[in-house]
Amino acid sequence: MATASANSFSADAARALAGPEWLRERRAAAAEELAAAALPTTAAEQWRYSAIADFDPDAYRPAAAEAGSSQAQASPGALSAAAQAAALFDCDASETAAVIDVADGRIVALRGAGELASQGVRVGALADSPGGAELIGAVASGSADYFTVFNDAFTDTPILVDVPAGVEVDGVIAIRHHLGTAKTAAFPRLLVRVAENSAATVLDVQRCGTAALLVPVVELDVAAGARLGYVNLQNHHRKAWQIAAHTARVEREASLTVASLALGGGYARTRTDTRLVGRGAGGDLLSAYFGSGDQILDFRTYQDHAAADTASNLLFKGAVGESARSVYTGLIRVRPEARGTNAVQTNRNLKLSEDAWAESVPNLEIENNEVRCAHASAVGPVDADQVFYLESRGVPTAVAERLIVAGFFDEVLEAFPVESAAQAARSAVAVKFNQMLNATAEAAA
Amino acid sequence: MSTLTIEGLHASVAGREILSGVDLEVAAGEVHAVMGPNGSGKSTLAHVIAGRSGYEELSGSVRLDGCELLGMPAWKRAEAGLFLAMQYPTEVPGVSLLDMLTESVRTPEGAAVQEQMLGEADRIGLEAQFLQRPVNVDLSGGERKRNEALQLGVLKPAFAVMDELDSGLDVDALRIVAGRIEEATEHDGLGVLAITHYSRIFAHLRPDAVHVFAGGRIQESGGAELADELEADGYERWTAALTPASGDTSTSSGSQAFTDPFGDPFADQLV
Repeated sequence: MATASANSFSADAARALAGPEWLRERRAAAAEELAAAALPTTAAEQWRYSAIADFDPDAYRPAAAEAGSSQAQASPGALSAAAQAAALFDCDASETAAVIDVADGRIVALRGAGELASQGVRVGALADSPGGAELIGAVASGSADYFTVFNDAFTDTPILVDVPAGVEVDGVIAIRHHLGTAKTAAFPRLLVRVAENSAATVLDVQRCGTAALLVPVVELDVAAGARLGYVNLQNHHRKAWQIAAHTARVEREASLTVASLALGGGYARTRTDTRLVGRGAGGDLLSAYFGSGDQILDFRTYQDHAAADTASNLLFKGAVGESARSVYTGLIRVRPEARGTNAVQTNRNLKLSEDAWAESVPNLEIENNEVRCAHASAVGPVDADQVFYLESRGVPTAVAERLIVAGFFDEVLEAFPVESAAQAARSAVAVKFNQMLNATAEAAA
Repeated sequence: MSTLTIEGLHASVAGREILSGVDLEVAAGEVHAVMGPNGSGKSTLAHVIAGRSGYEELSGSVRLDGCELLGMPAWKRAEAGLFLAMQYPTEVPGVSLLDMLTESVRTPEGAAVQEQMLGEADRIGLEAQFLQRPVNVDLSGGERKRNEALQLGVLKPAFAVMDELDSGLDVDALRIVAGRIEEATEHDGLGVLAITHYSRIFAHLRPDAVHVFAGGRIQESGGAELADELEADGYERWTAALTPASGDTSTSSGSQAFTDPFGDPFADQLV
């Protein structure tokens, strides 16, 4: 049994995936590197507190192999998968410039690309784009680890969003991923490149609807003077695993906002690496996460200041209920050349039950004296004074707590670059809170 | 007719008895003042009536129209018709005033709440956008007290406990807030228990009765003239009498003030 599954992620399996020759060779090389590499262990600092010891790659096989040939688009199965992907987030046509639906790792629907192409904006499969070989890995290679290499080896249909210099995309470019086949693994790869003085907003919605594995890698390349907003929403099945990397490189006078909402997954990890490499580059990093049941939500952040007068502002806020756990560890690094850096790292956590557990470990590594760096971290229960105040106005205890938790997250959500995504996030948090209350009530009954 | 009846109320905090047999009855439409020195337990009385956690209700009874409040969670007491106007209303980041009152069990479903709130905001001198602001966040002392009065107007309680209503209020705001409460007593039969250090509030909110609170219980009750006497002579007449009761000869004068962990954090600056 183990032998058959182990072959699922062999170099041959990687080579068998469809695509242009350069992509197939790239996958095969990565698969060979993967075969020679050992799975990380909790002995490594960046995997401390993680669930990596429970990770079993043999439990999965590539989703793309199930999907079969790229002709799958026409099959009824693919159409229902497209419907599932579309159901994840209601993209209002007036708000979106383009929508890409991806099911089990394959693009099943794409709209809006034609109109964007008239502005020179490329949206779609990377394999179809000239120069794709140079684009993939340009940013993520700086964050290489076991799982980015895993993605390199088995990503089926990397997606490209490429905005030429000076173009400001009106409306959101939305990508909706759905992974619906149990015991499969998908490796979404998204490359966003915004050239000089351009602007775009990308929304990435991801859901594993079953006990499956998602290993996404996102590469955000923000050229001089450009502005990019990237929003990621995940609401996976309770038995799904996610190990994600959101990597970014920001050039001179450019600005980036990376915002995420993490609600699902048995174990869901996101690594957020932001490199500010040009003078005056700025990055705002936002995350809201809420775990319940026995979920483990795990965040690792890296704010790398590699040029003068760069600014980063990180605000990650989480809540854990029942016996859920969360991990936040983050590092601000200021390199010797990054004089005038202004870096902030804030992580706040609400512990909603006795059994819940949140770890928060901020770190600084500063190699220049002319900088302003601040970090703050906190783990604590919902403020009893706030609950009492609301109760004394006739708000039932559970409702008071829900309002306070929602208010706690609002500081993050109101800064999301896509308002409809912030609204969807607010609703999803409320739904999850009520599910947790109902579960508690049922357990008590 | 609403009546708040407190009988033989004993309560403790952190294992120490703070309320030692409080008896009090306030009828609808009446304003009763509870005046006492710092550390006398009068803020504890407000918190115990409202049902704040952290206090142990040892014995006795607090009834609103015959309904026993002791043992109920705070929001059930509010549902029964009780309101607590806090001395330092708590900041609740990210929760708007509108959302909070919409979720109260005392307000109707739907848009009616907002209309009522706008009406009350106007009466109390607050802008319409005040409804969207997070509760008490970055508000001045005066705005917070106006906010408490706005909420009282919307929640229409049968009975309100006001803890140091006049602290943080300038004279104009005090007149407006006290005026709104007095109107509620006259038109809606609101009963009020006003806990205060100072008699200055009585210029705007006329008490029907004044109770001197010391040593965890009411020591003497009278009319408005009692407040004048307190203003002139202080509380020494009542606190001095408490000394022998403790049986402790090591402290030479007065009952030792106890610091309530949930009480007024600036109490010692107010004397």
